[in-house]
Amino acid sequence: MKKLCFYFQVHQPFRLKNYRFFDISVDNQYFDEKKNHDIMRKVAHKCYLPMNQLLLEQIQAHNGNFKVAFSISGVCIEQFELYAQDVLESFKRLADTGCVEFIAETYGHSLSALKSPEEFKKQVAKQTAKIEQHFGQTPKTFRNTELIYNNYIGSIVQDMGYKTMITEGADHVMGWRSPNFLYSHCQHPDLKLLLKNYKLSDDIAFRFSERSWESWPLKSETFAHWVDSIPWNEEIVNLFMDYETFGEHQWEDSGIFDFMRELPNQIINHSQFDFVTPSEAAKELKPISGIDIHSTISWADAERDLTAWLGNPMQDDAFDSIYALEYLVNKIDDDKIKDDWVKLQTSDHFYYMCTKFWSDGDVHKYFSHYDSPYEAFLNYMNVLTDFEERVRNAAGVDEEYREVHPGILENFKKFLPEGVELN
Amino acid sequence: MALQPKVLMFGWEFPPEISGGLGTACYGLVSGLIENGVDVTFVVPKLYGSEETDKFRLVGASDVEVNFSTSKFQKNLEKVNYMQIHSHIIPYASPQEFMDREEFDIDSISKVDSNFSSAKFQFGGRYGKSLLSEVSKYAVVAMQIAQDQDFDVIHAHDWLTFPAAIMAKEVSGKPLVVHVHATEFDRSGESVNQEVYDLERRGCEAADRIICVSRLTRRILMNRYGIDGRKISVVHNAVVPKPAIIYPKRNLIDKKIVTFLGRITFQKGPDYFVDAARKVLDVMPDTHFVMAGNGDMFLKCVERAAELRISNRFHFTGFLNYFETNNLFGMTDVYVMPSVSEPFGITPLEAMRTGVPVIISKQSGVAEVLKNSIKVDFWDVNALSDTIIGLLKNEEVSKKLAADGTHEVNEMKWEYASLKVREIYNKTINRRRSVRN
Repeated sequence: MKKLCFYFQVHQPFRLKNYRFFDISVDNQYFDEKKNHDIMRKVAHKCYLPMNQLLLEQIQAHNGNFKVAFSISGVCIEQFELYAQDVLESFKRLADTGCVEFIAETYGHSLSALKSPEEFKKQVAKQTAKIEQHFGQTPKTFRNTELIYNNYIGSIVQDMGYKTMITEGADHVMGWRSPNFLYSHCQHPDLKLLLKNYKLSDDIAFRFSERSWESWPLKSETFAHWVDSIPWNEEIVNLFMDYETFGEHQWEDSGIFDFMRELPNQIINHSQFDFVTPSEAAKELKPISGIDIHSTISWADAERDLTAWLGNPMQDDAFDSIYALEYLVNKIDDDKIKDDWVKLQTSDHFYYMCTKFWSDGDVHKYFSHYDSPYEAFLNYMNVLTDFEERVRNAAGVDEEYREVHPGILENFKKFLPEGVELN
Repeated sequence: MALQPKVLMFGWEFPPEISGGLGTACYGLVSGLIENGVDVTFVVPKLYGSEETDKFRLVGASDVEVNFSTSKFQKNLEKVNYMQIHSHIIPYASPQEFMDREEFDIDSISKVDSNFSSAKFQFGGRYGKSLLSEVSKYAVVAMQIAQDQDFDVIHAHDWLTFPAAIMAKEVSGKPLVVHVHATEFDRSGESVNQEVYDLERRGCEAADRIICVSRLTRRILMNRYGIDGRKISVVHNAVVPKPAIIYPKRNLIDKKIVTFLGRITFQKGPDYFVDAARKVLDVMPDTHFVMAGNGDMFLKCVERAAELRISNRFHFTGFLNYFETNNLFGMTDVYVMPSVSEPFGITPLEAMRTGVPVIISKQSGVAEVLKNSIKVDFWDVNALSDTIIGLLKNEEVSKKLAADGTHEVNEMKWEYASLKVREIYNKTINRRRSVRN
C-alpha cells in the first residue's frame, strides 16, 4: 500500500504590544496579553476545538487506521496553558489514541538554526520536554520552523539523534524529481526526509475556498482520486499544512470540516493508500536517494526560501541585533530574561517586517497585526533596546571604551564658539 | 500718530493645536505685542476651544457670518480686485455661487429675503488636500472681518493668509505687513508649487512692508521673488521662557542621547543625521540617537539606519506633543539640527532653554543670531560626527556651551522682537498717512 501522511503545524506567537520609545527602561512587559488571549480564544473556538474533536471521532471510527502528526511550538503550548486549557486537554485526548505523532521543533518557533546551533539545540530540548510533559511521548521526528532546511541544518538534526525530518518539496531543489518518495540527507543516509507535496497540500490549505478555482467546490472523493492518481511507482504523499487551515484560514462555511470528515473514509476504503505518521513512513519505506539542499528552503511564499523573514535591511538588522545578545544571555541566570529571549526570537516578528509586496504581500498582511512592516520593525527594535539594557545590566557589562582618534578632537576644536575652550 | 496701533492679524494656526513652528512663533509674537501695549485681533480659520481666549482676542473664520447682500458688502465688492486661486475666482458675489462649487462647505445659509443672504463657512484648519479651497474661503471671510473690525494695520503670516490679507487691505484701505516665516523654496527645495509661489509673490508685492525671520529669507525674497530689499525688515524669532517642569530622565538613564527633532523631510537634512550617527557609534558604541517627528523621509531614514546596522541605537518616536517634546529635551545630551534650508529654526532655541548644547547647520536662519552653538555645514557629516563626539566626550565644554546657550536664549525675548515689529507698524502707518496727506 502507498502512504498518505498528514502533518499539521500548530503555532501562535507571543505578539508584542505597542511599545514606544518612552517605554524603554520603564516597562519590561513586552507582550500583548489581551491580544494574545483573544486570538487564542478565537482560534480555539474556530479551529482547535472543533478540529481536534473531528480528528478524534475519525480516529475512533476507523479503528486506528486514520493517523495524523502535529508539531506544536513551545510558545503555542505555553499559550494553551495560559488561555486554553480546554485545547490542551483535547490534544491530550488525541495523544491517548496512539494514532497521533508529536514532532520536535524549536520552543520559540525560531530561526535559531540559521544563526546558532547551540541555541537551536537548547530550544529543541525545551520543546520536546514540553511535549513529553503533556503528551507522554518523546518526539522522534523533527520539523524545523516553517520547514526551513538545508544540508547543514539536516546535519545538526541528525547529530541530535533524529532519524526523520520533514521539509518542503520545493521545485527549485527537486527539479525533475518527485516529492512522492522517501529521501535522505545527502551525507547522512540515516536521516530520512519527508518532502511536502505542495500541490496537493495547497489544494486544501490555500485553494479550498477559492470560488474562481476550477475545482471549487472540492469534494473529498475528488481529492482522494487525485491522491490515488499519482504515478504507479510513487510511494507516499505528504500533506503538510498549518493546522489553522481548518476553520480559521478556511472558514467552516467553506465546507472544510465536512471535507475532512469524509476524507479518511475515501482514502481508507476507496484508494490504494494507508495513513501513516512521519516516523512510520520513515521506517516502512526505503529512501530512493539522498538529496542535496545547500541553499536554504522553506515552505513560505512563492519563493520557498528565507525572504519572508530575512533579507531586507530591517529584518537583517533586527535579526543580527538579537543574536548579538546570545553570548550575554548565556552568562546570566534570570528566568524572566531567558523567557523573553526565546519569545523575542519567534520567527513571526521578522515575518511582520517583510516588505515583499508583490505576490505574497496579502498573505503577510493577513498574518500581521501591524499596519506596516516598518511599524512592526520599529516596535520590535524598541522592545529589543529595553531587552538589551536588561541583559547588559544583569550581566554587568560596562560601557565599551574605545580610543578617540586625536584628529576628531582637533576637528571639534575648530567648531567651538568664542569663549569655549577645549583643554 | 497711533503709538499703540490696532492690528488685524491673519494666521493659520494657534497653540495648542499646531503642527509646526508657525503657530509657536505667532503665539510668542502676539504675546510680546500685547506686553508692549499693541492691540491685536488674531484670526485663524478655526478655533478648537482649547486656546487661551482670556489672554488673546481670537477670531475663528468659521464663526464669522458673511453677509453678502448688504449694501456695504456690495460696495466693497466693487473695490476689490478679483483674484484667481487654483480654479476659484475670489471673491464670488454670493453664497449661491459658492454652493455651486462642491468643495466649499457652507456651514449654514440664511436667506432673509430674495436679495439678502448670508453664509458661514466650514474650515478644516489643517494642511489637507483642499488647502487652496480653504485659502479662498478664508479670503472671503476676511472681507467681512475687515468690514466689521476697527484697526490701523493688517499683519499676515505666510502665504496661506496672503489672499485674506490682500482682500482685507483692499476693503479697508489700511496698510499691510506680511510676515514670511518660510518660502516655498524652503519647503519644497527646487520643485516649487507654482501656485504657492505666485501667492507668495503677490502677497509680498501687495505688502507695504515685509518682515522676514532671517537675512537668509530676505535674500531668497530678493533673489527668487524679485522683491525690493528696501521694503524688507529682518526680525529674528525669539523663544518663550522654558517650561515650568522638566521631567527627570526615565529612558536609557545612564546612556548618552543625541536628538533630532523636526519634520523628517529633505530640507531638514535627517539623512545627514543618520550617517553621522553611524560615525559616532564607531567611536562611542553605546550612544543612543533619537529622531523625533514625521515626514516624507521617515521610512527612508528607518531603512537607512537599518542598512547601517544601527537600529538598536537609533530610535524613532513619531510626532511628539508638547509634553513629550520637553520630556525628550530633558534627556538629551546633544541636540542636532542639520537643516539643508531653514528660514529660522526655533527648535534649537527650545533645546537650549532646557539646557541642551546644540549643533546647527550654517544654512539655518537661526545661525545668524546664535553665538553659543556649534555651527557646521549640513553636508559635512564628519564635522557633524566629530562635534557630537567632542561634546559627548568633554563634559566641561558641553556644560559651558549649554550654560552660555541657556543664558543667551533667555535674553532672546519676544518682548524685544515685538518692539521691532511695533516700530514697523508705526512707520508703515505713518508713511501711509503722509502719502495720503
